[in-house]
Amino acid sequence: MSWLDVFRGKSKPPPTSAGAAKERLQIVLAHERISRAGDDFLPRLQRELIQVVARYVSIDPKAVNVSLDRGGDMSTLAIEVELPPPSKDAPADAKPEARAS
Amino acid sequence: MAQVIVVTSGKGGVGKTTSSAAFATGLAQAGKKTVVIDFDVGLRNLDLIMGVERRVVFDIVNVITGEAKLNQALIRDKRVDSLSILPASQTRDKDALTKEGVATIIEELSQEFDYILCDSPAGIEKGALLALYFADQAIVVTNPEVSSVRDSDRILGVLQSKSKRAEEKRDPVKEHLIVTRYDPNRVEKGEMLKLDDIREILAIPLLGVIPESESVLKASNTGNPVILDGVSNAGQAYKDAVARFLGEDRPHRFIDPEKRGFLSRLFGGRAA
Ligand SMILES: Nc1ncnc2c1ncn2[C@@H]1O[C@H](COP(=O)(O)OP(=O)(O)O)[C@@H](O)[C@H]1O
Ligand SMILES: [Mg+2]
Repeated sequence: MSWLDVFRGKSKPPPTSAGAAKERLQIVLAHERISRAGDDFLPRLQRELIQVVARYVSIDPKAVNVSLDRGGDMSTLAIEVELPPPSKDAPADAKPEARAS
Repeated sequence: MAQVIVVTSGKGGVGKTTSSAAFATGLAQAGKKTVVIDFDVGLRNLDLIMGVERRVVFDIVNVITGEAKLNQALIRDKRVDSLSILPASQTRDKDALTKEGVATIIEELSQEFDYILCDSPAGIEKGALLALYFADQAIVVTNPEVSSVRDSDRILGVLQSKSKRAEEKRDPVKEHLIVTRYDPNRVEKGEMLKLDDIREILAIPLLGVIPESESVLKASNTGNPVILDGVSNAGQAYKDAVARFLGEDRPHRFIDPEKRGFLSRLFGGRAA
């Protein structure tokens, strides 16, 4: 980018149609990939999620809930992870958020 | 054992046949014994793109039905040694292809060739499924355009579930991406999907980017695969892609807008 472009306003490009293409593709494909995979990937997804989350916070494996809600033109994949209450020796205001230690 | 490579895309008119012809020719130029099979029964075109249309006597359906021997149907290329073409039938429909028939042909070709390229028809119906069924590797041809990218994603799903490798739970089909008809100028203007966005969405290794080029039409007009046109950027991009396929490490070219500087005008040339 040349210094002239700054005056032409190129540093902040307006939204382009190619940008819209990317966004629309990402949404439609996320959707289609889920229906393609079928529900049978859910148990594995759940197992892997537990492993990943447990790397950052200790959780009860039973406190991870994964569900797939298949709708007509929209499906949702809901992932719910219940975190344990703050431990007694932690500062009172510590939030149970994911944190690499 | 030969490697079976399907050239596929889901969507029609994206450059599968152009890429099949270029790749087959390039592999043969590199000294590999290569055969390219047209699976588009009823809409045969590979013969024209390869410039062998007047030499077609028998086709793949004749071989499957036993009306001809495989080596009667194979057409040896006159430009590049070790390149052969197996044409599709123009008069029959896709039901004339059977899995057993194709299996026998691929088995037999495996004895003689290093690479068996399968030029897939569009769609995800029988012809396309048969073209990819025996594949060890897949070249997914994609245009920088929403419907093409979506269909490529779909065909990747099919490769991962309906190929012989998937059915037998062997190592999956090795996937390669070829982005064709790429126009860096339009990309820069924000009118066309960026290479990086396509890569991010499809998430398979990139084998090559073929620019939109007038030389492709010139090549098909005369029946010479564009890879034989060493001065055209599309021809060079295909050459690079073949070299990468064979393990060479080459930088991607023709992905940025042409700089009309003095040097590039002298040495680079315009879209030829
Ligand atoms: N890189 C390119 N630049 C310009 N035109 C191209 C390019 N690649 C393919 N085409 C054109 O696109 C059309 C479809 O190509 P083809 O290889 O027959 O696609 P498919 O086999 O996927 O249906 C043809 O007219 C071809 O000349
Ligand atoms: Mg074709």
